[in-house]
Amino acid sequence: MGGLQIPLEHVLLLASCLFSCGLAGLMLRRNLIFMLMSLEVMLNSAALAFVAAGARWGQPDGQIIFLFILSIAAAEVAVGLGLVLQIQRRFKTLDMDQANRLRG
Amino acid sequence: MTVLWLIPFLPLLSATLMLLSAGRMPRYLAAWLGVGSIGLAAVCVALVARAYLADYQVQELTLWTWMSIDNFTPRIAFRVDGLTVVMMSVITGVGFLIHLYSVEFMWEDESICRYFAYMNLFVAAMLLLVMADNLLLLYLGWEGVGACSYLLVGFWYRDPDNGRAARKAFIVTRIGDTAMALGLFLLFTELGTLDIQPLMAAANDRWQIGDTLPILATALLLGGALGKSAQLPLHTWLPDAMAGPTPVSALIHAATMVTAGVYLIARLYELFLLAPPTLAVIAWIGLLTLLLAAFTALAQKDIKRILAYSTISQIGYMFLALGVGAFASSIFHLVTHAFFKALLFLAAGAVIHCLHHEHNIFRMGGLRTRLPVVFLSFLIGSAALAALPFSSGFFSKEGILLSAWTQPGIGPWLWAGGLLGALLTSIYSFRLVFIVFFGETQTEPDRQPGWQMAVPLIVLCVLSLVGGWFVLPLSGVLPDPGHEPVSHLVEYISIGTPLLGLTIAYLLYLGRQVSIASLMASPAGAAVQSFWYGGAHIDKLYHLLLVRPFTGLAHWWRNEPVDLLYNALVWMTRWGHGRLVVLQTGELRWYATSMVFGLLLLLAIVLRDSA
Repeated sequence: MGGLQIPLEHVLLLASCLFSCGLAGLMLRRNLIFMLMSLEVMLNSAALAFVAAGARWGQPDGQIIFLFILSIAAAEVAVGLGLVLQIQRRFKTLDMDQANRLRG
Repeated sequence: MTVLWLIPFLPLLSATLMLLSAGRMPRYLAAWLGVGSIGLAAVCVALVARAYLADYQVQELTLWTWMSIDNFTPRIAFRVDGLTVVMMSVITGVGFLIHLYSVEFMWEDESICRYFAYMNLFVAAMLLLVMADNLLLLYLGWEGVGACSYLLVGFWYRDPDNGRAARKAFIVTRIGDTAMALGLFLLFTELGTLDIQPLMAAANDRWQIGDTLPILATALLLGGALGKSAQLPLHTWLPDAMAGPTPVSALIHAATMVTAGVYLIARLYELFLLAPPTLAVIAWIGLLTLLLAAFTALAQKDIKRILAYSTISQIGYMFLALGVGAFASSIFHLVTHAFFKALLFLAAGAVIHCLHHEHNIFRMGGLRTRLPVVFLSFLIGSAALAALPFSSGFFSKEGILLSAWTQPGIGPWLWAGGLLGALLTSIYSFRLVFIVFFGETQTEPDRQPGWQMAVPLIVLCVLSLVGGWFVLPLSGVLPDPGHEPVSHLVEYISIGTPLLGLTIAYLLYLGRQVSIASLMASPAGAAVQSFWYGGAHIDKLYHLLLVRPFTGLAHWWRNEPVDLLYNALVWMTRWGHGRLVVLQTGELRWYATSMVFGLLLLLAIVLRDSA
């Protein structure tokens, strides 16, 4: 294999950084849109890790899983945006701390 | 064509008709049907008895096979021998008189139809009991009379006390009946049949005198007899059973049903002869019962309770006779007792009827001139009960006492106990007569007994007087070794004892030579009085030992302690729910955060394990 070789560790480090950013965003942001975006970041970081691992061992599985994750992410966004619209319509806000009526 | 099947069928038919009419039958019709069916049955019994007395031929009649399961094929079949003829005559004869008496006694009662229905049903069941040729049919009659006794004791069911007395009568006899059923099971498994004659033959064939099995079987059967015949320790129901109408007490609780136990033992005497220990127990139970009941009768105030205790006491004599092997004497006493005790009860009923339902003897008095027929009846009945010479009770009780005397070993003790009982009997009988019919008038009777009451009283008076001369056709049916000649002294003592009792009763209650009041006033006298008034506190003892623990247990179970476990589960779930529900905040970020930390925790655990 020629060209620039990016070491696996670097890719994994980037992936975990992205994952942590997404996680932090999910836990800290209140706006539902941003929470969905954080989720996207986390999904993509996981996908990145798969792709890197697939490249490292020269297996196609990593890229196949990436395609799966891509479609899952698309489905998730479709549902998520539907929810966003509904919540916006009902609560006139996207602040998730306000939408806490389903509690014990 | 035999009339045998008509005898239980006629009362059964009229009972069915009356029950089906649901009380809407006019009282004239109910009375005619009730008395008439028993009268016709009595005529049939007379025909059967005449046929039997002509040639002493046992009559048998099989109606149909009751059920057929493998080798268990009980039949609806009757067998009439001397013992059955005697019992049938007593049941239908005395039964007819009591039914006739009931017409007047119950005329003003709104449910006279129900009354006659139950009475006829009782007579039918009792006839079935004595005519049955196998023990299963006998048991059907046995339970039938028990059910009728329950229905009639609780006849005036609007008073809860009467219902309680009825339940007590039923439950206490049920204890004995259970033992009896076990005895029947044992006999069937061991001997393979319940037909009485083959059963006796098989028992004699297979068992020796004194074997364990016959002792066990007879002991279980004895349990049934003790319950039905109100003997120690199952006698407590009979005094309370007096809650029923007085003719019921006369028919069921004096003349017929309570003697069913005596009949059962006499009917199965061959079996009991194989078990001498059981016979000894029967004799001792009879003796203890007759003494205890006689003492108790001496302290009662209620006219019917006195008679009830005296019934228990007299049946004690019959058991004593059975225990010493004098089966025929026992049946003889059963017959004379049926006459004079029915007479006494009917006379007491007449007193109660004419005195506005007054039961307390101390509120009676001076009735000698006011109710002459009743007085005469009571006098003759008491004379027979006390066994004054030449009354019917004299002959039968004499036979029992002399048979006891000649019993080897324990004989004199049994005789002495029986004699003491006879003394007490005569004291309490004449105490009753003197208090109720002599002295000052306390309550004025507001009516006189009519002919329906007077005729049965007079007929029973005659029977109580001459009954002692009857020769029962029992030879060949029941063994009665008779008794060896005894010294005249023993006979004189036996004759003299009732007269002594009469004298004592006269001195205490009529002559007032000895002040009974001052005797009662002393602390010891009062203690003795209250001890015997409470029937030696046996009722209280049972209440403490059996009823209270049982009801206590029932109350405990009513709170369903088993459910505590499940309730604890529910309670714990509720509690956990209360604690855990705070986690359900409804805040999305909180859920996400807790999932993250949960995941971290799991990861840490997994990684630590794999490291």
